[in-house]
Amino acid sequence: MPLEALAPVADDGADADYRWTLNFGPQHPATHTTLRLLLTLDGETVVKAVPDIGYLHSGFEKLGEHLDYNQYVTIVDRMNYISPVMNEIAWFHAVEKLMGIEITPRCKYLRVIFGELARVSDHLLCTGAAALDLGAFTAFLYGFYQREKIYDIFEFASGQRFHPSYFRVGGLTCDVDDAWVERVRDFVKGFGKAHADMTRLLNRNRIFIDRTRGIGVLSKEEAINRGATGPVARASGVVRDLRKDEPYLAYKDFDFKVICAASGDCFARFLVRMEEMLESIKIIQQALENLPGGPVSVDVEGKAVMPDQMSVYRSIEGLIQHFELVMPNRQWQPPVDEVYGAVESPNGELGFYVVSDGTGQAYRARTRPPSFVHFAMFPYLIEGHQLSDIVAVLGSLNIIAAELDR
Amino acid sequence: MTHDETLGKLRERFGADAFTTSEFRDNKRVVVPAGRVTETLRLLKEECGFDMLFELTATDYLRYPDAKDRYGVVYGLLDTRAGTRLFVRTFVNDPDPELPSAYPLWKGADWLEREVYDMYGIVFEGHPDLRRILMPEEFTAYPLRKDYPLRGKGERHNFPVLTRAEG
Repeated sequence: MPLEALAPVADDGADADYRWTLNFGPQHPATHTTLRLLLTLDGETVVKAVPDIGYLHSGFEKLGEHLDYNQYVTIVDRMNYISPVMNEIAWFHAVEKLMGIEITPRCKYLRVIFGELARVSDHLLCTGAAALDLGAFTAFLYGFYQREKIYDIFEFASGQRFHPSYFRVGGLTCDVDDAWVERVRDFVKGFGKAHADMTRLLNRNRIFIDRTRGIGVLSKEEAINRGATGPVARASGVVRDLRKDEPYLAYKDFDFKVICAASGDCFARFLVRMEEMLESIKIIQQALENLPGGPVSVDVEGKAVMPDQMSVYRSIEGLIQHFELVMPNRQWQPPVDEVYGAVESPNGELGFYVVSDGTGQAYRARTRPPSFVHFAMFPYLIEGHQLSDIVAVLGSLNIIAAELDR
Repeated sequence: MTHDETLGKLRERFGADAFTTSEFRDNKRVVVPAGRVTETLRLLKEECGFDMLFELTATDYLRYPDAKDRYGVVYGLLDTRAGTRLFVRTFVNDPDPELPSAYPLWKGADWLEREVYDMYGIVFEGHPDLRRILMPEEFTAYPLRKDYPLRGKGERHNFPVLTRAEG
């Protein structure tokens, strides 16, 4: 970063020389990953904050132009790595929209369950870590224990705990079995207690409330003007949830509430996330009880979906279909056009803008990352607050640097 | 405001042949000339209720079938009350790809424009702080352009190295 960007508050002349500059990050426990803030402080009050990002930039969007529609799922997994499945849902939502594929009802329901589990795990880490940064360690451990169970559920279905890469164009890699459904039921049964434990530790915790209430206030107008989405916008009173407003997958079938708050501070964002977890659990329950039967992937005849291993090895149709999809000069033939598809990720609106030139690789695979948009408003939220409030605001925005920098 | 009413407003202001519209799946799009972007965006924001800029990105159409222009820039607008979306597209060309900044209308455009500048070299006139955002500022190329190779041009080997003594 050039030095001119650091010399921010020279406006009021010589009086300002008592101000000092503090470098926050890129390696700091409260930034969780690598992001850097250059702060100009007046005593302990933040006068100006200049974020410096890009430490984790690894050219995901460039890679997206060189990998085919199925291969890129391993990269999108690594964007918001605390809820990777949600990135997969968003990517395939956009790709299937581009290709005009309508996935099967069972696949829709399973994607909903996986997505809501991912939302719960994201919110658990976000609220837990926000509390951890403010000194409340126990809630974080309760949250992380539940996250472990969600990892196990993912592993049981896909073989991978962290980055499942479980979805494919037109379906899933493999179906789940009854034992998996039982596992999810067990998790749902036990979750209420863990959630109540976390709530009791934090909701009436005097220190936690004092450090989050009235901090980093985002008004409704500013939230809209600055492009906030998801829990950050809903905590400011923007009643918007893509699951309700533009129902994708099977969200029309479920009964759930959109959780909103009015005050727009860190505490409101925390409360919105805590309540959203319970709504997600409600959705998971409904989806589990009404899980449709039938295939998980669209018909192989449609030439869009990768056939399963058995049919590749034992039938000529499966073998041909597999060949067609993996040979670089064949693959999919989507329309030559561009499309934007977005889903409600735990952090906000996660969208992909996919431009296709009719080949098996995207011509452009743009991510609309909620973290990036939310971190842009960080200087606005923090200026005028204390140095110690930085961790509270960072925690409440849930900035994931891998998604921020891509 | 419905999509047809919005198009009506645009026609009323700029005439029917000043822009083209298209639709694909549920994406509704308007293509406007680069010189008219600010006017269009202002009209859409102030009179058609599009109060959020949720997306701003670009594409390099260098090797795109039947492309006439080099860079396409897309503004994704959202009306948070009605829940309608509209994509405003425009095209710019070398040697000086340049567009007016949308920052005066939506503060959310700040980092999005910086990213487009960083990745494609499209300059946004009137942006308060147009610097590279993801790439280091010593970097001279624009990595998402199609003539930039996937593995780079060896910049990583030429990054300035600070030794401990100098630091």
